[in-house]
Amino acid sequence: MDSLQLFTRQTKAISTARRSLLVIESIPGIRYSEIVEVLLGTGETRIGQVIEVGKETTVVQVFGGVSEVDLLNSKVKYKGETLKLPVSGDIMGRIFDGSGNPIDGGPPIVADKYLDINGVPANPASRMPPAEFIETGISAIDGLNVLVRGQKLPIFSGSGLPHNKIAAQILRQASLKGKSEEFAIVFGAIGVSYDDAGYFISNLEETGALSRTVAFINTASSPVIERLSTPRLALTAAEYLAWEHDMHVLVILTDITNYCDALRELAAMRGEIPSRRGYPGYMYTDLASLYERAGRISGKEGSVTIIPILTMPDDDITHPIADLTGYITEGQIVLSRSLERKRIYPPIDVFLSLSRMMKEGIGEGNTREDHNNAFMQSYAVYAEGNYLREISTVIGSEALSDRDRLYLSAADRFEEEFISQSEKERRTVEETLGRAWDIFSMLPTEDLKLIQEEYIKKYLPKAPKSGTGEETK
Amino acid sequence: MGKIWKISGPVVIAEDMRGSQVYEVVDVGDERLTGEIIGLERDKAVIQVYEDTVGLKVGEPVTGTGEILMVELGPGLVGNIYDGVQRSLVTMMDDIGDFLVRGVRTDALNRKKKWHFTPTVKVGDALQEGDIIGSVPETGLIEHRIMVPIGTQGTLLEISEGDFTIEETVALLEHDGEKKPLTLMQKWPARKPRIYKQRYNPEDLLVTGTRIIDYLFPLALGGKAAIPGGFGTGKTVTLQQMARWSQTQLNIYVGCGERGNEMADVLHSFKKLKDPATGKLLQEKEIFIANTSNMPVVAREISIFIGITMAEYFRDMGYDVLLVADSTSRWAEAMREIGARLEETPGEEGFPTYLGSRLSAFYERSGRVKSVGSPERMGSATVIGSVSPPGADFSEPVTQATLRIVDVLYSLDVALANKRHFPTINWLQSYSLYTDSVDTWWSKISPDYSDIRNKALITLQHEAELEEIVRLVGPEALPEDDKLVLLAARMIREDFLMQSAYHPVDTYTQPTRAHTMISAIMKFYDLAKEATESGMLVSEIASSKMLPRISRMKDIPNDEFDAYMKKLWSDMDKNPFV
Repeated sequence: MDSLQLFTRQTKAISTARRSLLVIESIPGIRYSEIVEVLLGTGETRIGQVIEVGKETTVVQVFGGVSEVDLLNSKVKYKGETLKLPVSGDIMGRIFDGSGNPIDGGPPIVADKYLDINGVPANPASRMPPAEFIETGISAIDGLNVLVRGQKLPIFSGSGLPHNKIAAQILRQASLKGKSEEFAIVFGAIGVSYDDAGYFISNLEETGALSRTVAFINTASSPVIERLSTPRLALTAAEYLAWEHDMHVLVILTDITNYCDALRELAAMRGEIPSRRGYPGYMYTDLASLYERAGRISGKEGSVTIIPILTMPDDDITHPIADLTGYITEGQIVLSRSLERKRIYPPIDVFLSLSRMMKEGIGEGNTREDHNNAFMQSYAVYAEGNYLREISTVIGSEALSDRDRLYLSAADRFEEEFISQSEKERRTVEETLGRAWDIFSMLPTEDLKLIQEEYIKKYLPKAPKSGTGEETK
Repeated sequence: MGKIWKISGPVVIAEDMRGSQVYEVVDVGDERLTGEIIGLERDKAVIQVYEDTVGLKVGEPVTGTGEILMVELGPGLVGNIYDGVQRSLVTMMDDIGDFLVRGVRTDALNRKKKWHFTPTVKVGDALQEGDIIGSVPETGLIEHRIMVPIGTQGTLLEISEGDFTIEETVALLEHDGEKKPLTLMQKWPARKPRIYKQRYNPEDLLVTGTRIIDYLFPLALGGKAAIPGGFGTGKTVTLQQMARWSQTQLNIYVGCGERGNEMADVLHSFKKLKDPATGKLLQEKEIFIANTSNMPVVAREISIFIGITMAEYFRDMGYDVLLVADSTSRWAEAMREIGARLEETPGEEGFPTYLGSRLSAFYERSGRVKSVGSPERMGSATVIGSVSPPGADFSEPVTQATLRIVDVLYSLDVALANKRHFPTINWLQSYSLYTDSVDTWWSKISPDYSDIRNKALITLQHEAELEEIVRLVGPEALPEDDKLVLLAARMIREDFLMQSAYHPVDTYTQPTRAHTMISAIMKFYDLAKEATESGMLVSEIASSKMLPRISRMKDIPNDEFDAYMKKLWSDMDKNPFV
């Protein structure tokens, strides 16, 4: 990052080195939050950041810790700048590390400009409410938890669940309905294993999508501090492409849990008062500073859509990481271990998942006129079937009425034919709705209370189709 | 003028600040960021800065403005969109573009726009503080009444009708030989409650158009309510509904640390939606304060006080005002962050020990009052705050501190949200302490209001008990009268309590209509009870054609509703179970 070489000033007057902090005698002109280089006696260089500056002393947090720092020979070099990302149209198709240095063997970026990685908040009065339907080709999303351009919709997963597969499928298939226009992809890997990062990259390569991708990769073995900068670099690149190059950008950030753990680690080193489960009290605000960079701006062509992925420790949705994320994002796609055990892919828990932007993105002109009705009805049918399943485990299915048994098999079909699909299968929204209607056709028509009559006439298949295996009347 | 001595996050300490006062507004650094002094020690001042402090240097100048944080009050407020420190976001969008850069100053009120002022007092009148001297038609819905500022009085020397900017003199007062010009604008310190003559108990229903609120857990004009709920329970939609349809004369929406896209949605929808009572655009009776979660944290703390000051100001004109704040948890978190930077001793979960008193200071500014000055007038400020408890755990400090102050609780339920029952207000946990006081109001609509309300609540309570048995033995094993309770409760839930914010008719229900709807359900229940006693099976009752007709009540347009219900009613009298 060449721009950082300007205005260098340095000092050797380090008075304390403890945990990850250095206390240094102040020299004039230090900026709050600026980046420093710590030159060790051993010749090694570490990056740090000013976290407090006073007239007498300055406190610097050293990324990578203060081991081997000695108070005699170590030097601190002030860079006079906060962390910036050099950008130009050439970043497309490139792979960077968590400091923004290319790691794909290609040349450094010749920058059009340098952007502060923290971004600048959009004026709420300038924002446009997101409303354009993104067809992901996945029924459980397109039918029930619609994603729209400019939305932030996380995937709440657990360890061992196929969130990477689903995210990769979305990346491969996402497009605006009826248009061939493709998304630009920004991929931010935060503290993930080398294999996970490699999975995405090779996936994008296979489908030829790598040329419209910018990737920032911080693997589990890279410095912890870069877990905080990686998503910011990714979002800075996304904003640049969206607002200055009129692109529709889909950002995948994985894994937010690693991000939050890094935040906790660094906060603890600063000796901050911890909040729930040791995470810092400002974690809501910090996460918001990432997620809120999604959106649409009036008068601008592009958009930033964010799909953060997080693994809930112990599948606990009330864990602070999932909880605070849920408070900021516009819904969530929750993966279910019990569906996964039934070998259903994608194992999306329909009850816990939610898209707050759905209403705006569906219906005539977006998807199809009957979408909202069909959504509510399939939800109700599946919920009823699930409730009866629960009861039948206690009282036995013999105690259920014929109608109840019909709903039980409807719930099974819903999982097997609607939610379940293959990793390579790309369903149009019409196909998705068609599958819902096929299931409705096994139920008495008067039970379809949530659907307007005209849609029943228009869309209900005339001859009921039977489901897989299960015999229905 | 002082100099920066230390910077730590949003907290800056400046030296050479002798002569400053606590809560004085200061300009910090070369970029002139806005800050507020929150403590003084010898020559040093502790300052909280309302903008991002990245890049500030020790030694940069700090200048006092001599004023504490004031809210500008006058024509131009309604329909405007402000950030947390009352900078107009509309003006900023025009001046600096789509992104918020630091150190930008904008006036809260437009200085150039001319307003037509019509006096209501005449030369020679002896005027006291709070007296109305005339009015300005601010929007199609709000007549902005110009009041003599608090602390000012005298004999009116001059006053004229005409077009004025907010800074031009519209009237001249004389008191003890001193002349005092009056303008259309006045200022008031945000943290200080405005004064009133007398306070009264809230007793009139605040009509929100949301059935479960108006009917089961009513809110009174001048009351205070809290809406806690986990994520996904629809806090924001519920609050937006109240800000949209409440039959108050002015609504103030404070988006405090919440989503930008949602704020955009609110702003855009208010430009399109019409007030059901007047047919005018909702924008004409709304003020917005938008401090989204990615905007500076410190400004969250003051944004709520700026909102409530505006509410009191319009209350003093004699209006009924509603303020909704989404979310007070983000506001409390902002206090926690500042408290930690100041190294204060933390209370529960790291929140400052003054969390409770600060929350009270906010909620207690609600109320129904007789204003200072003449003509005599009553006004009210109603406050509704949402709370975002971590993990939907209501035992956390912000929820608990809030519940000690408010009189109404709308408890939002994750389980209902997962069942897609909206609004997710839980009927077993929510309460309203205004039920008795608004009884008089409701009894004018119908004498049997409290009777039907209680019956409905008892049925729902009974259902909750039966649900537990059903989980063990199945619904078929229940006796017929219990099965009927389940059916009736289901009708109350699905046909009355569930309400779609997105359906053009269902989104707003007038109180009379709400009463007719629930009465129909309860009447059907009574008839069914008689029928089961004479041997009819609940399964037969459940297949009655009357049921889908009752379900459809919600969606019948207002102009067809009376005819629809009349037919329904007479058919029910004839033979309800065909």
